[in-house]
Amino acid sequence: MSEMVTMTGQQAINLALAEAMERDPKVLVFGEDVADREGGGVSGTTRGLSTRFGDDRVRSTPITEQAIIGAPIGAAMGGYKPVAEIMLMNFTAVAMDMIVNHAAKLRFMSGGQSQVPIVIRTMTGAGYQTAGQHADFLEAWFCHTAGIKVVAASNPADFKGLMLSCIDDPDPCMFIEAGVAIRTPGELAVDQGKIPLGKARIHQAGTDVTVISYSTQFLRCIEAVKELEEAGISVELIDLRTISPWDKECVLASVEKTGRAVVVHEALRSFGVGAEIAATISEELFGKLKAPVRRLGAPYSAVPFSKPLETAFLVQPADVVACVKELISRG
Amino acid sequence: MTTTPTNAALPSAEIQLDIFRRMLRIERNDDATHKQIRLGRITSPYYSGRGQEVIPATMSALMTRDDKICTIYRGIHDMVAKDMPLRPLWAEICGRVDGTCKGKGGPMHLTHPATGVMVTTGIVGSSMPIANGLAWAALLDGSKQVTVAYFGDGAANIGAFHEALNLAALWKLPVIFVCQNNGYGEHTRIENHMAGDLISKRAVGYAMPGFTVDGNDPFDMYAHAHAAIERARAGEGPTLLECKTFRFMGHAFGDNDAYMLEGEKAAHMAKDPLPAFRAKLIASGVASEAQLAQMQTAIEAEVDDAIAFAMACEFPGVEELRRDVFAEEIPA
Repeated sequence: MSEMVTMTGQQAINLALAEAMERDPKVLVFGEDVADREGGGVSGTTRGLSTRFGDDRVRSTPITEQAIIGAPIGAAMGGYKPVAEIMLMNFTAVAMDMIVNHAAKLRFMSGGQSQVPIVIRTMTGAGYQTAGQHADFLEAWFCHTAGIKVVAASNPADFKGLMLSCIDDPDPCMFIEAGVAIRTPGELAVDQGKIPLGKARIHQAGTDVTVISYSTQFLRCIEAVKELEEAGISVELIDLRTISPWDKECVLASVEKTGRAVVVHEALRSFGVGAEIAATISEELFGKLKAPVRRLGAPYSAVPFSKPLETAFLVQPADVVACVKELISRG
Repeated sequence: MTTTPTNAALPSAEIQLDIFRRMLRIERNDDATHKQIRLGRITSPYYSGRGQEVIPATMSALMTRDDKICTIYRGIHDMVAKDMPLRPLWAEICGRVDGTCKGKGGPMHLTHPATGVMVTTGIVGSSMPIANGLAWAALLDGSKQVTVAYFGDGAANIGAFHEALNLAALWKLPVIFVCQNNGYGEHTRIENHMAGDLISKRAVGYAMPGFTVDGNDPFDMYAHAHAAIERARAGEGPTLLECKTFRFMGHAFGDNDAYMLEGEKAAHMAKDPLPAFRAKLIASGVASEAQLAQMQTAIEAEVDDAIAFAMACEFPGVEELRRDVFAEEIPA
């Protein structure tokens, strides 16, 4: 058993970047304010890297999202492994052409001649009163684009292990660093290595219902599950970790056992990742379900500013508890 | 800004002949494409570069095989100039599995890294931010390799142009921004789509040299291209070349020319740079009539062979939908 250490997700990501850069001189870090002269990232996630690895490999950029993704695409085709930061997920909208039309599609459109092994790191999440343009979970946009992987960890061990995998992955990866999740401390092994993409983690086994979530919302589900357990309901809680491609095998095996499923995410409920997972469960396990598959997500609204509205916008642990109890009550 | 660089380089006889060979290869290939479209053997839209040959032919005569290009949907002339082999090019245009992209990209996304054709984009302006990255990689490698980003006059108005030129100048990237200004963005004349009179003037805003070049004159093109490429190789950073030209086949092949000024196209075609340069080579003694006729025969044979090859190739199987989405094939 390895020695365990406690740190935040941000520190774990920093550790992953440093390890990858140490091991592979082709790994580059790139984005607004990422170098130490500018503070090592707006939240300090890349702090120390430029001092250690030099300004050529850790480079602060202008506020120029199309160029921030365009340059890594070209550098990746030139043999490098750039980790580019789009400070906040809403700003990916400014770089959408580079991400969707180019990074994700160049391998396919070139018949496999081009590869774009870039990682796009991006922060997001409501709860900080940053309103409608700084807090959206937009993962469904990218899951709906063939050719880019979408990863959203909830804890430091996964942040480190998944980042190491994304850097070495031959395809572009969108790496979501949700504000709450990256600041929540947790334990990880001192020698935490890669965690494979596309594999979910069963946080706890249970028999009555399967709750599937990821990122910050997964942390809220942990709270909900505690309350449900106290009420005598046995919950199997799954952290999806990679949203696309998602671990169907793990989810379907769990729901086949429990017969009930709730998918919970911070993004809008409408047309969200939950709809894809719920539809797949319904298609594959129709005769084995004891209740309809439920989705919990944000209402069809922009992320609001005012604190009571922001709280109401987010799925709270009590919403998960009520949803699960309603499913159980159907027998 | 519009002046020829001091100590303007002159192309040697050998280079003049090389530029002409590339121009002729573009024109013969383009002509064959028209014929195949009329025969119904090509069913996709075609964006002809006919009339714009001098620009990529001259750039390519100055580039090595390792130098990179990023081009656009009107870009087959750029690839042919860069000596992309015609067999896989034609097989791709015809959607066959032996195409350079296995028939999955088509004419708007032709890619051939072996000859430096790195990206062909169907999105106006998007060649430039990616060219920066290829140049950045060359800089980190410590190589002397340069990257050329081709784009049209319309792309000088999109945000990606500004973002890419700013970053390239800021980091002194070895990239040459080559605008093939054919006077129209789709069907809109430049004076109706662009504020200001010269695209090259925009270089001033990025502290970058910018020149307006006669893109139909191999000598003017050569002098500016030579200076820009040398500057990039010397680590002095990017250059913006606005190369004035005209497209003879409109926006998409077969479009009607109602949006053009009356007589405009005919006037440009009367000054077709291909026969003009041919006559000049003969008049100056750089080449003989027989030599150029022989060159043409060889090129036509290469084009015919490529078309015959493409037509005999199979279409890709549906399993190709699951391949190259990711490195690992998607399970059926």
